Amino acid sequence: MPSLFQQIQAGTVWDFHGGIHPPTRKQQTNQKPVAVMPLPDRLYIPLRQHIGVAGQLLVKAGDTVLKGQPLTLADNSMAVPVHAPTSGTVLAITPHTGAHPSALPELTLVLAPDGKEQWREREPLALASCNNMTLLNRIQESGIAGMGGAGFPTHLKTGVNQPVDYLIINAVECEPYITADDLLMQEAATTIVKGIDILCQLLNPKAVLIGIEDDKPIAAAAMMAACSQREHYYVRTVPTKYPSGGEKQLIQLLTNKEVPNGRRPVDIGIVMQNVGTAFAIAQAVLDDHPLLSRIVTVAGETLNQPQNVLALIGTPVSSLLDFCGFQPEPKQSVIMGGPMMGFALADLSVPVVKTTNCILAPTAAELPAASNEMDCIRCSSCADACPASLLPQQLLWYSKAKDSEKLAEYNLADCIECGACAYVCPSEIPLVQYYRIAKAELREQQREALKAEQAKARFEARNARLEREKQERAERNQQLAAARQQQQLASGANNAVADALARIKAKQAQANTGAASTEAESSSAETQSSADKATILAERERKKQQAREYQQQKAAAIAAGMTAEENAATDANTDQTATPSDSAAADNSIGTTDNKAAAVAAAIARARAKKAAEATPNTAASVQATTDATSEASTATDNDADPRKAAVAAALARAKAKKAAETTQSTAQADTADASADANSQADNDTDPRKAAIAAAIARAKAKKQADSENS
Amino acid sequence: MSFKIASSPHQHNQRSTAQLMRLVTLACLPGIAVQAVLFGYGVIIQLLLAIVTAWCSEALMLKLRNKAILPRLKDNSAMLTAVLLAIAIPPYAPWWIIVIGTAFAIIMVKQLYGGLGNNLFNPAMAAYVLLLVSFPLQMTQWLPPLSLQSVSLSPADAVCAVFSQYSCSGFSLTQLQSSVDGITMATPLDTLRTDLSRGLTLDESLAKPVFFAFAGTGWLWLNLAYLLGGLLLIQQKIISWRIPVAVLGSLFVLSAISSLAAPDAMAGPLFHLFSGGTMLAAFFIATDPVSASTTNRGRLIYGGLIGLLVFLIRNFGGYPDAYAFAVLLANMAVPLIDYYTRPRTYGHRTRSER
Repeated sequence: MPSLFQQIQAGTVWDFHGGIHPPTRKQQTNQKPVAVMPLPDRLYIPLRQHIGVAGQLLVKAGDTVLKGQPLTLADNSMAVPVHAPTSGTVLAITPHTGAHPSALPELTLVLAPDGKEQWREREPLALASCNNMTLLNRIQESGIAGMGGAGFPTHLKTGVNQPVDYLIINAVECEPYITADDLLMQEAATTIVKGIDILCQLLNPKAVLIGIEDDKPIAAAAMMAACSQREHYYVRTVPTKYPSGGEKQLIQLLTNKEVPNGRRPVDIGIVMQNVGTAFAIAQAVLDDHPLLSRIVTVAGETLNQPQNVLALIGTPVSSLLDFCGFQPEPKQSVIMGGPMMGFALADLSVPVVKTTNCILAPTAAELPAASNEMDCIRCSSCADACPASLLPQQLLWYSKAKDSEKLAEYNLADCIECGACAYVCPSEIPLVQYYRIAKAELREQQREALKAEQAKARFEARNARLEREKQERAERNQQLAAARQQQQLASGANNAVADALARIKAKQAQANTGAASTEAESSSAETQSSADKATILAERERKKQQAREYQQQKAAAIAAGMTAEENAATDANTDQTATPSDSAAADNSIGTTDNKAAAVAAAIARARAKKAAEATPNTAASVQATTDATSEASTATDNDADPRKAAVAAALARAKAKKAAETTQSTAQADTADASADANSQADNDTDPRKAAIAAAIARAKAKKQADSENS
Repeated sequence: MSFKIASSPHQHNQRSTAQLMRLVTLACLPGIAVQAVLFGYGVIIQLLLAIVTAWCSEALMLKLRNKAILPRLKDNSAMLTAVLLAIAIPPYAPWWIIVIGTAFAIIMVKQLYGGLGNNLFNPAMAAYVLLLVSFPLQMTQWLPPLSLQSVSLSPADAVCAVFSQYSCSGFSLTQLQSSVDGITMATPLDTLRTDLSRGLTLDESLAKPVFFAFAGTGWLWLNLAYLLGGLLLIQQKIISWRIPVAVLGSLFVLSAISSLAAPDAMAGPLFHLFSGGTMLAAFFIATDPVSASTTNRGRLIYGGLIGLLVFLIRNFGGYPDAYAFAVLLANMAVPLIDYYTRPRTYGHRTRSER
């Protein structure tokens, strides 16, 4: 059993699964020399023409540029610059329809050629004196990206650290119609081989395999002649079969190796470069001629002169087609790329970019549309044609069902979108389009899943933090409380306060019968001897006691009010009783600014209420009999068919007002009482009457409304 | 001007589903011709009845399912189902047999499962089994080849026989089934089966006039005609070689072994390959893409399974021939077969390597 290398040397070519044999139609263009196109009026140079990022812009609108002058800067490894394809003036840098299936606008430099073709200064490198770094820099600075279609930056692909066994030069050109590489090899085989020499210096491979499809005998002969001096360069013709030019398929054809799932060819010691890339490298290094133009096959039966054209990067497709005698049909389709993997253009102002190998303008009869999608009959012609050995009919089924798990299980990600399945499908199902959509959905799902996961992590982290903070707070509070308790136990202050409180309580019990004024005097006098705090506490305690007493009285007043209401409802005119209490309330609310005024206001309110009660004699009599808060109780009578709540509120207001009045009195009497106690009571008064007034007003309003509704 | 936008690929080969179905139908023609010549014109009448019924049923169901009728009628799949059923049933079976069978195949087995491409079972074979189980008498009334018939039937007689079960001159089907010497003739497979169960040896049975050379009289030519059509299909890459080869191969191997083991009681491989519906089933019925396995290894297993089932039922089961049962049973196994015979995707390791 000979080794793999021996087999390769012996000229063995293997096979890959599937593949199709569409009519190649290369004879339209492969016999004619490459035409050089005159300068178009405008060049549209997209700033990014490769896989990666656009370089930093170096020019602005209005600048004059020379041929070969870089327009962007390769400021990082993923950036590849673009150059001025000819000398001229930068008109604008603006979004322009891109060379992409989406036809989305992308940032594009518009150049007006001046026709002088003035070059910038050029520094050709001598290969022998160059190290790899210099070469790689030159390749990057010359704007070279994979010219087979993917547009991957060439300096990255050639600047690998892994050992390389085989450098494969892809000159297969398996798509129908396209002959750009064929013509390049026919016309520039020597330069291509120089480019391969440079690649060999960079990669140092064991052997160079040049794969050419057997329908290009002239090109293959030219390459063989050019390689005759190189011992380890092997030109291999492979049978014409689509998609033998796919990277993975060509590796299988020439080395019988498969790139393991999820790995790159370099992981199995293989680097593949397109033949056009090799040519561009030779030009860049040996002539300092950056990537300014490329050969584009312009084909299709709507053209009078289908041919290969050397077109400047940025040439609009419309100029290119016109140059070849374009006679469009109604509903013409124009395809950038080949008929199998190219994309239809919506707009002919799209420019030629570094990866554009073909512009196709077929007649409707030449490439009839797959119009009429029918049901899958599971004939599995697609599975027989699939170069990745997938089961396209199953993938279709799961794509339609949006079953992402099954799609992953059936390796949708390994689909190279070559279109062989859709080509053979008898039911004319656009399988590739289904897979593109399914792939996009899978990517979207993965992104969503990632986002959800991140959000969940964030949420959980936040919850944990809140919980932690809560615990920390609780602990701190506990510690503080414990510290306070200990402090209090340690100091004697606590005892003094307790003593004072006890004394005050005892006194209050005695003073229940005595006058409020003397009580206040004595308590304040006593507490003055102890701490100020104790005084305040004592005062508060007393006030609370008073409040409780009034609360009892109030309960009685409510009872009285209830009976009064019944009478009022039958006898008294609602309006008459309501009016004075209204004004009383208004007075109350006005007179809240100081306690004296409040007391006066309360008194006025009482008086008016009394008058109102007199107007309804029955009520007044009953109220007077029960309690001293007669007038206030009569105010409650305006709550005609009142809710109990209103009465309670009114009574509360009354009680508070009265309390305010009394405290003021007591303060006035006890001139010697200390300032703190005074202020305290004042503070109480300040707030209380106001609230009372509001409550009373609300009660009144409610009662009135009810009365009104009853009257009506 | 506006440009036509479509997604790649923009190129398409021109062989459509309708063409595939038509080509399969055309490939049946040699067999149909042989059947008409050797067994009478009944098959032509059955074919016409079946096709009309299939079109009507298909149109009705498409209408009910709110689908466009014409494009789907034009895909020729209903016609192919009708043809396969019509050539599988006895040529002089009463007209309602084929009508019921075809309607059942299209309505129940095909359209109610979701139409073309969604049926789990082969419609023609499901209908055949329905008829065989429901109308066993009518479904086993195969007339002997014309050369053995006591009365020859004109085309007019054939029409009468299908619609009234009597020829124009008044012979009943049972009378027609009798040979010149008045003995009722069964199919070769049936005859052999009965003889072997009666204790006759294989050679004794094969000496009867219903047999010719190593297979049944007439049936040998019929099978050869279908073999020719099938080879054409393979040559045109309309069917994969795997299923027919697997069916015939497994039947051949199994019957070869069994006939070596019991030369007097078991028929040999050639007898099996050229009797009954072997070639029709192997090339035209088992290869129905919708209900067959779709992977290459799966197709071998699927075909092998059919061969095995036919061998078992013919030799040990209750029916003389068994393709309908074998195909339906194998149809049931298809999802499982497909799941476990997925090809290794490029760059992935196989399950055993993992």
